[in-house]
Parts: sequence; structure tokens; C-alpha cells
Amino acid sequence: MERREFLQQTAAASALIGLGGIGLTSFAPATKKITILHTNDVHSHIDAFGPDDGRNPNQGGVARRASLIANIRKENPNTLLLDAGDIFQGTPYFNYYGGELEFKLMSMLKYDVATIGNHDFDNGIEGLYAQLPHAKFDFVSANYDFSNTIMDTHVKPYRIIVKDGIKIGIFGLGIELTGLVEKRMYKETKYLDPTETAQEMTRVLKQDEHCDLIICLSHLGYNYRNRPEKISDLKLAELTKDIDLIIGGHTHTFLKKPTVVKNSEGKNMLVNQVGCYGINLGKIDFYFDSDKNKAANGTSIIV
Amino acid sequence: MNYKHFFFFFCLIILSSCKQEVHLHKIEGQQINISDSLQTDQSIESFIKPYREHVNANLDSVLAYAVETYSKSDGEYNTAIGNMMADAVYEQSNPVFKTRTGEDIDFVLLNHGGIRAIISKGNVTTRTAYEVMPFDNSTVVVKLKGAQVKELIDYLVKAKRAHPISRLNIVLDTDGNFKSAGLNSNPIDFNKTYNVATNDYLYNGGDRMNFFKTNDSLYVLDYKIRNVLIDYFKKIDTLNPVIDNRFIQLKN
Repeated sequence: MERREFLQQTAAASALIGLGGIGLTSFAPATKKITILHTNDVHSHIDAFGPDDGRNPNQGGVARRASLIANIRKENPNTLLLDAGDIFQGTPYFNYYGGELEFKLMSMLKYDVATIGNHDFDNGIEGLYAQLPHAKFDFVSANYDFSNTIMDTHVKPYRIIVKDGIKIGIFGLGIELTGLVEKRMYKETKYLDPTETAQEMTRVLKQDEHCDLIICLSHLGYNYRNRPEKISDLKLAELTKDIDLIIGGHTHTFLKKPTVVKNSEGKNMLVNQVGCYGINLGKIDFYFDSDKNKAANGTSIIV
Repeated sequence: MNYKHFFFFFCLIILSSCKQEVHLHKIEGQQINISDSLQTDQSIESFIKPYREHVNANLDSVLAYAVETYSKSDGEYNTAIGNMMADAVYEQSNPVFKTRTGEDIDFVLLNHGGIRAIISKGNVTTRTAYEVMPFDNSTVVVKLKGAQVKELIDYLVKAKRAHPISRLNIVLDTDGNFKSAGLNSNPIDFNKTYNVATNDYLYNGGDRMNFFKTNDSLYVLDYKIRNVLIDYFKKIDTLNPVIDNRFIQLKN
């Protein structure tokens, strides 16, 4: 990763030399835009809902999502596409093909990173493992310890992607599986405390890796009003620092707009979730500036 | 140091001087609805097509007709769709259980979260059964002692959710506390043992229904809940379930 970044910067420097010294004398403040697209809880909804559906007529569908994403990428090549888990289970496509089609289509749509939801264990951990060859994207989970399972080494705690010189760190968090998934399905997968894991991840991504942007892909759930002790995206946001965006899932929460939350340092950050079944696509644009004056005014969030 | 090396260092110097500090100064968030106004990507569409045709060949036979649209969010402590599911599990499973064991199922408990889709007004097909019950869970019958039945009722009273039940009645008082419970309008004898039909997910501790787990007297019917629904839809012809009094809170 470091090597690739260096090469990119070298190329940029060479280009500047070619321009004949301009680069040496002045650096105009540059604005960079990173677009994060995201889905969650698509639950094998490959086809759009039909016109007769009682609740979501003519909504969703992978082929439509594909054209939308392609257009957004055309507009801004510095785009990442992420999924917050529960890719599997919900239509007969899963029962017939075990998730093969879901992973193949996500690969065709050029998903970059996904995390693992509880339903992704529905054909057992072997069932998930069996479909991995069809996924040309990475899985991240920092609080599932897979070391005593068949998934060992196939899921990383985090991934770093550099787009336009902006270093983006993405880590994953999964929900507690006990009581939600049968033990015989998830086998020896160990669940680690999400808050502690997130604190460790942000330390690594911010202090060691010097990421410009930190994203948490979470399948913890947006909020549990009746179980305030249960960890959720809103709680996690308040208890941690340096996370710019939590992309959530599990609770199938339809938000009118992303939620602005104050983190443990009192800084504003975003928590978002886009319902379920591929009905919506989340789009968060991050604008970076090298102008120190602008930076001093803090980050404005427009939702 | 050859030319290459020199160039390398020259670049490094430039880099160190021009590696600009970037700051996040603005975030814009929005949600885009995937609606029919968006174009369909034809390469994706044609990739899906053979998969779709194979699956559809199996699924689109009409089994019954739904009079209304039924959703698990319509109803406070019991819902029409949940009542239908729990009643279907009783109706379909009890004859199987009886022929094999000579005993009857006393009541049914499923979970509200296990209803995975609505049933839309109109034709009910095999596909409907797949949508409502996409999971491959099966019916099991558990022998529960009175004390565990008590725990089960306490769980439902505390959960205040419309977990589907059949042949079990629970009444809450106006404050939402437990008032009374019965089995098919008979009182529950907490010294007796009851045959409770549920699914293997809940038996294995799903939704924290731990009262099942302590019991090892289990009868596996090998009858998937989805197939229960498919068989039930074939049998009934018209689907017209209602919200009733099986689990209610008294009003002032």
C-alpha cells in the first residue's frame, strides 16, 4: 500500500517538474472530494419489488442500482462502495444459490468493502466461506475473531484505501451472535467488545496509519430504545473519537437523513443507515481542503 | 549515485515540500431512492436473467388468495399475519405429531422477528411463503414443565411484542402487567407438562427464549416452517386472518 502511494506521488511530482517549476513556487489550495456510497441489509433483494408489492412497489433492484452507481463514479472517480452486512437471506435467490449471485453482482458493481451481518451465517460459517471465491471485494470485521474457524485470514479487521491521495481507513464491527444465530452456524467465531475494539481501531488508523478519513462499517444496529444498555451505532458514536462516519445496518432503519452525533471529544460526526432491501443508496461526500483558514473554521456538515 | 537515484531524491525533496496537509472541511450526506425512474443496467440484467428464470419456474404457482395486505406491524400484542402463522403451525404439525407420538400439541410460540415480509393483497404463491419465511427453520415440539411455561409467559409479558402464539391466551391489565393466561380458554396447570410447538431457531436460544433451552425433551418433526405455510396456503384457498383476543392489554 505504501509503495503504491509513493508511486502515485512520484508521478504527481514528475508531472509538476514537467510544468517547469510552477510546482515549486506555488501550491494553490486544492479541494478533493471523496464520495462514499453505501447499502445495508440488502437481504438477497436482487430484483426490484414488483408493481403489486404492498409496501415498496417498484423500488430497489440491483440493475438499477448499478446504473446509478456507474453515473456517480463517472462524476467522481474517487468513489468507494461499501456494504454494512446481511447481504444474504430474504429471497429465494439465496435458498437456490446460497449467496453466489449476491457476491457475483456485488463484484460486478465493484463493491470495495463489506462487513458481516448475522444473516451472513445463515448457511453456517462454511456456507459463507464457500461463497468467498465469488466476492471480488474485501470483508472487514474487527470484533469477530475468526482465528479458530474456516474464515481465519479471510476477514481483515480493517482496510485502507487511498483515493486521490486521501487515506481512508475502513473497519468493521459485527453484532453479538449469541441469541441471534445458532452456535452450530457461527461455530468458534469469538465476539469482542465493539466499543473497546473501535477505540483500538481508531487509534491504529489515526495514530499509526495517519488516515485522513475513518469509516466504521457496523452491523450493530442504529439504536435500541427499549434496551439502552445494548451497544448501537448511536452509542458507539458517542463513546468513541476520530470516526468520521458510521455506516450501520441490522435494524433496517430508514432515516430521513444521516444523523449528526457528537463524539467523545464533542466533535460532530455522522451515523447513517439506508433501510433495507436495496431500496435506497446512501451517498456521503467528504470535501478536503488544503486551505488552513478554512480548516480552522471546522467541518460543516450538510445533511 | 546515478541519474536515476538523483531523480529519485529530487522527487522526494519536492514531495516533502509539497505534501499538502489536507483538512476535512465539508461533509454532504444524502439518500438516493432506487426507483423505477433509474435506468436498468442491461449487462447486469442479462446476467441475472438465467438465474431468475430458473427460480421463477418453481415459484409462481398460485396457492391461495389474500383478502387484505397483512403486516407484522399491524396490531399491538397479536397480528393477523402472526396469528395465521402460529395457527398454520398448529394445524399442519399437530396431525403429524399425533400420528407419531399419540399426543397433541398444546400450544404454539413463534417469534415476531421471524415474520420476514408482509403478505400482499391478491395472489398468494410459493414465493409468498419464501418471502414470509426465507429461513430454513423447522418445526420442533418441546415438552415444557409448568415452571418453564410460566417463564415463557413472563417472557411474553415482558417483551410486549406480538410474538405469534396459537391456543395460548394472555391478558395484561391496564398497566401492562400480567393478569391472566389460559390454554384454549382452559386454565394452565403449572404442575403439568405441555407440548409446545416452536421452531428450531427459538429452541436453540434464539431471541433469548432460554426457557426452551433448558429442556432436552425435543421432538423434531422435520417439517420446515416454509413448507408448513405452503401446505397451509394450498389447503385454505382464501387467506383472511384477523387480529383477535389471544394476547391483549385491557383498556381503561
